[in-house]
Amino acid sequence: MTHIALTREALDPEAIAALVKTPKNGAVVTFLGVTRDNNEGRNVFYLEYESYEEMALKELHNVVEEAKRKWHDLDVAVVHRLGRVNIGEVSLVTSVGAPHRKDAFAACAYLLDRIKETVPIWKREVFTSGEVWIGSEEHAKSHNPAK
Amino acid sequence: MHGNTAQCHNTGIMRVQIKLFAIARERAGVSETWLDVPSHANVGQAVDELAKRFPPLSVILQRAMLAVNREYAQRDLVLKENDELAVIPPVSGGEA
Repeated sequence: MTHIALTREALDPEAIAALVKTPKNGAVVTFLGVTRDNNEGRNVFYLEYESYEEMALKELHNVVEEAKRKWHDLDVAVVHRLGRVNIGEVSLVTSVGAPHRKDAFAACAYLLDRIKETVPIWKREVFTSGEVWIGSEEHAKSHNPAK
Repeated sequence: MHGNTAQCHNTGIMRVQIKLFAIARERAGVSETWLDVPSHANVGQAVDELAKRFPPLSVILQRAMLAVNREYAQRDLVLKENDELAVIPPVSGGEA
């Protein structure tokens, strides 16, 4: 099975993982992306996620199909939260069910790498003395003042 | 002059929809707009036109990916009337 969603509601990792816990699967691997309280020396107040939703859903489906072609017997659930996500809250749940753990771990890691490469979701970090869009020119400059 | 019925703007100009996100949206001050471009313009030419109209977008447009009708597109892709052209600033998903 495949379950893909974007939501502004708080995520329920247990409920999402339950979707891939089917009788054929001996292994379920769940990744939680959690808002950290610090990044690159900045004290983070919260993150805010924005998405090109129609395209993000399309790219998420593509990425899941890629993983299913590489590891044939997978069940996958991916849910990304949009809007404000406070410290300690979950922004992303990626759950993979497979007969055995080697494939479940590998597929979950693969999905995350690909999601972060291709899915149009941006995060804005709000910290003590301002805010920055992660990935932007401003962000790159603050990271490397010599540039 | 006859043309096929789909060509109601036979003036050498076509209109594409522009969608702006994240930092591009902030810099331009709008999330959506229409852009008039020459009839057989490609993505790169539309981007140049967009940079003229919104100078604060110039730097971002150099680094951004582009999508046409919700699929990633190269700058040499030729556009059609009413295509949806989205500016996709670099996404960064955290360290591995």
